[in-house]
Amino acid sequence: MRLNCPLCGPRDRREFYYYGSEDYLNRPAEGAAPQAWDDYLHLRDNPAGVTKDLWYHELGCASWLRVTRNTLTHEILATELVADLKREATA
Amino acid sequence: MTRTGPGRMFDASHMPQSALGGAVFDGFARVQEIGPLGMISLRCALDHPACPAAVQAAVGLGLPAQRRIIMDGQRAVGWMSPDELLLILPYADAAAALQRIAAALDGVHHLAVDVSDARAVFRITGPRADQVLTKLCPVDLAALAPDELRRTRAAQVAAAFWREGDGYTLVSFRSVAGYVMGLLSHSAQRGSELG
Ligand SMILES: [Zn+2]
Repeated sequence: MRLNCPLCGPRDRREFYYYGSEDYLNRPAEGAAPQAWDDYLHLRDNPAGVTKDLWYHELGCASWLRVTRNTLTHEILATELVADLKREATA
Repeated sequence: MTRTGPGRMFDASHMPQSALGGAVFDGFARVQEIGPLGMISLRCALDHPACPAAVQAAVGLGLPAQRRIIMDGQRAVGWMSPDELLLILPYADAAAALQRIAAALDGVHHLAVDVSDARAVFRITGPRADQVLTKLCPVDLAALAPDELRRTRAAQVAAAFWREGDGYTLVSFRSVAGYVMGLLSHSAQRGSELG
């Protein structure tokens, strides 16, 4: 398996650390209800198909990536820098 | 130990020591632990207008492009990540270079640290040097640009390397220097050439 790091190009899976669902990007605001925190920390979909999760290019450029992939076909559909996503979200 | 003055002792352990004392392995390629080299980790926004001047003041070189290293004799600047450069210089020059960086980046959010003693450096040389790394790193060396700084892993640990002279220069954490020397030596054993 290879991930196409936007900064480094195609890289072997062994250079990355897998973190989990992209849900971790959507941290509840301070004072959010306990249910929101419970969802954020524990509640995950388990899709047979397209999913988005976070990978860290730990043994490369040290960037966080959001990877869109298909759990049925193992196809990698997109790799994006979390820094870019956050910049777009706050722009 | 030699007494050099009243109450002062000269202790050889205070002299800079490379990680493995210059260990050498001669296989189908030569592996040599070198150093100590001066190394500064500089973290800041690389597109900040003050950044090029700081690097110039520290090592007299410009900013490398993404994933590239600029080398000139004993000095080099490598791109490590979107906010990190590795500066290489003679070991004895690191402290003064840090002062020049601090002056150039006064008031600019940055981090500059002397990591010379946190690293181990190896040379892998000879016509088949690429085979030593090919066996250890998930890297297509044929696609490596001549001035590319490649961060990756060597077996179980982080490593960075680039082409230099008749081979490669590889940097690892000093804490795993013995492991890396073992890896490189095993990979360079005569009789284990590829192809
Ligand atoms: Zn990367």
